[in-house]
This record gives sequence, C-alpha cells and structure tokens, in this order.
Amino acid sequence: MARITAGVGCSHVPAIGVAMDQGITDQPYWVPVFDGFEKSRRWMKDQKADVVFLVYNDHCTVFDASCIPTFALGCAPEFAPADEGWGPRPVPVVKNHQVLASHIAQSLILDEFDITIMNEMEVDHGLTVPMSVMFGDKGVNDEWPCLVIPLCVNVVQYPAPTGNRCYQLGKAIRRAIESFDEDLNVVIFGTGGMSHQLQYKRAGLINKEWDTQFLDRLTSDPVALSQTPHVEYLREAGSEGVEMVMWHVMRGALDDDVEEVHRHYHVPASNTAVGHIILENKKDQREPK
Amino acid sequence: MALKKDYEDIPGTFVFDADRGREGYQLNQFCISLRLQKNRDAFKAGEHAYLDGYKMTTEQRQAVLDRDWNRMLELGGNIYYTSKLAAYDGINFQQLAGLMTGMGDEAYRAMMVAGGRSPDGNRFQHEWDEGGDA
Repeated sequence: MARITAGVGCSHVPAIGVAMDQGITDQPYWVPVFDGFEKSRRWMKDQKADVVFLVYNDHCTVFDASCIPTFALGCAPEFAPADEGWGPRPVPVVKNHQVLASHIAQSLILDEFDITIMNEMEVDHGLTVPMSVMFGDKGVNDEWPCLVIPLCVNVVQYPAPTGNRCYQLGKAIRRAIESFDEDLNVVIFGTGGMSHQLQYKRAGLINKEWDTQFLDRLTSDPVALSQTPHVEYLREAGSEGVEMVMWHVMRGALDDDVEEVHRHYHVPASNTAVGHIILENKKDQREPK
Repeated sequence: MALKKDYEDIPGTFVFDADRGREGYQLNQFCISLRLQKNRDAFKAGEHAYLDGYKMTTEQRQAVLDRDWNRMLELGGNIYYTSKLAAYDGINFQQLAGLMTGMGDEAYRAMMVAGGRSPDGNRFQHEWDEGGDA
C-alpha cells in the first residue's frame, strides 16, 4: 500500500526561487539561507520518494478573485510553472501521479472534505520554490525526481481554513493514501511562512520567538498548536504569516509521535523569516515495507 | 448577528476579508490581469484605455494611475494583487515594502537584515496611537 513516511515544513519565499534562477546563491546575503537546505537535499535524495504531496497556496497567480476555493486538489496530468508577472520560473513541469490524485479526491469527499478538483492548473512559486530548495537546481529540460500531487489552499482572502480543519484534513489525506493499493513512498510538504508581513505600514514584521515555539510544538504539542486562532497568526506573525496553517495539514498526516531530524531558521529572505523542518514518523512505528 | 472582526485593532495592517474582497474586486482583477504579457503590452499602450475595461471607483482608478500603493490597499486592494502592478513597474516585494512603509528601499532592507520589525509595540493600534509609529 501507499504510505506517508515523513513531512517537510518549508517557507516558499519567491526571492529564494529568483536567487536560484539567477545563480546568486553564493552571495553573502543568500549563503545562510541555502546552507540550511544542504542536509535537506541529501535527506530528500535518501528518501527515494515516489510522490510528494505538496500543500501550498497560490498567490493570486492562477486563481484570480472570481473563484476562491478553500482546498483545491491538482488532478491534472501535469502542472506548468506560471507567469507571475515576470515570466515563468525556468524549472521543470511538475508531473502528477494522476491515478493516486483521483483516488485521494474521491476518498476525501466521501470522508466529508469537500475539496475542489482541478483538472487544469498552473503552479506558482508557492509550489516550485519548495521543490527547488529540496531537490536543487533543475532546468526546464530536466525532470523532478518524483511525482507531485498539489493541494492549493486559500490563505489570501480571510479567513483561511482553521488550523484544526487543516490538521484534520491531513488525517483524511493519510487515510486516503493508505487505502491506495500501489506500494508508494509519499512525503508530504506543508509550505509557507514563517512570520512575515508584506503589506502596508507594518510590513517587515518578524517574530522569531513565535516562529520558534511553532517549530518546537510541531513535534511536542501539535494538536494544541493546530487550535491557534487566526488572529494570533495575524498579530504575532504578520498578515501573511497565516500561511502557516498549511503546515498543520502536513503534521496531521504524520504519526502522533514524530522525530525532528532537521531544522533551519534564518532571517531574512526578502521580507520573510525562512523556516524549515523535517519530521519523520517514529521508525519503530512504521510498518515493514 | 455581525461577525466579530477581532483583527481590526492590528496597526498598519489590512486583513483582506470578504468585505475588502468585495470592495476591491475590480481593482484586484485589473492587477492580476497584468500577470500575462499580452495584457502588460495593452496596458503599456494606453493606461487609461486599459483601465476602462474595469469598473473601479474613481478613487481606485486614481490610486492606480498615481501608483499610490497604500491607497490601493485602503480601497480594498490586496498585496498579492497590487504586487502584479508593482512587478509591471519593475518593483519587487521588498522595494514595494520600502515604499508602503515610507522607509525607502535602503532603510527597509537594513531593517530586515537586522532581524526585521519587532512585534513589540506593533501588536495593537493603541500602541501606535500612544507611542507613535514604530
């Protein structure tokens, strides 16, 4: 059967993608950002993941204001990088495991998570930047080393789904994946954050203390963490910090007991605190493959 | 019963809720149209004519023409949309923040490199009213 073995939390700052695309990651500003992903890339390679289930948000790129689905599951055969106003990122097209995605769509709705099904969709930096930081430089003629199922979450128009809803959805995604017959190793990504505010007179807000407790509690206290009200994200982590609800989808899909195997935190990348964590299901609880 | 907006007392911040989404709809739809090259070309050929395609308020239209980034947010714009207009002008997110905060590019960038804007004194509107903008 298919199973989720590990989770990755990761910021998806667009400037990180720009730095990779322009080949300036060795500049002093960027070195501390990318140093923290060196271990992650080795880890990612070792996982030999068949599929990445990637939770992200669109930044008013593919979804305009005419239609705002709270949860949109990518069921198309592939997803091209979108033009966000300065041309598409020069990275590979993302290929789906379309049969598994269809299975998850059906399973989730019968499990009372009424997601939107996307049979055509482009993807923006919210999806491609986490792929780039975890898999390294890939050009348009390369291929990503695994298939990707995107789940796009509305965090732009308030309210985003609650942390609890996201956490419960993570559990439903796990049930869906574990009821799929093919023997697949799935790694789930929750992306966005950490503290940042891009807009108006309070732009530039960073709250390292708050971000740190968030990273700590992903392992030690995930259920209570998922109960964090929206206003706390907005006030403490900035108006765009509410993206972090997406990390609860990832956490909900893992075992209750997980092991933190890597963490990286750096301020800043552009306007944002870069946060990253790798969580593995406790090995002794894994079923033998 | 009215919905409780417990986020309205955060200073220097607009929470883009359903009411703002309604007010800013035409403005935001204009902005997102600029993500495509053919629309950027059309806007470049004539801003006024292009804007005629969107039923914005007079104030919203003027804010666009003036590139008054804060005014656009005050009138229902959202940063992810207005950033498309900024990108059209060759302004990235960090430069845009320098403009919106009134700090300018260099001072804003220096603040971020030094760890960003502290939450202390920046959580509640009354902190700004009493102490002045941080």
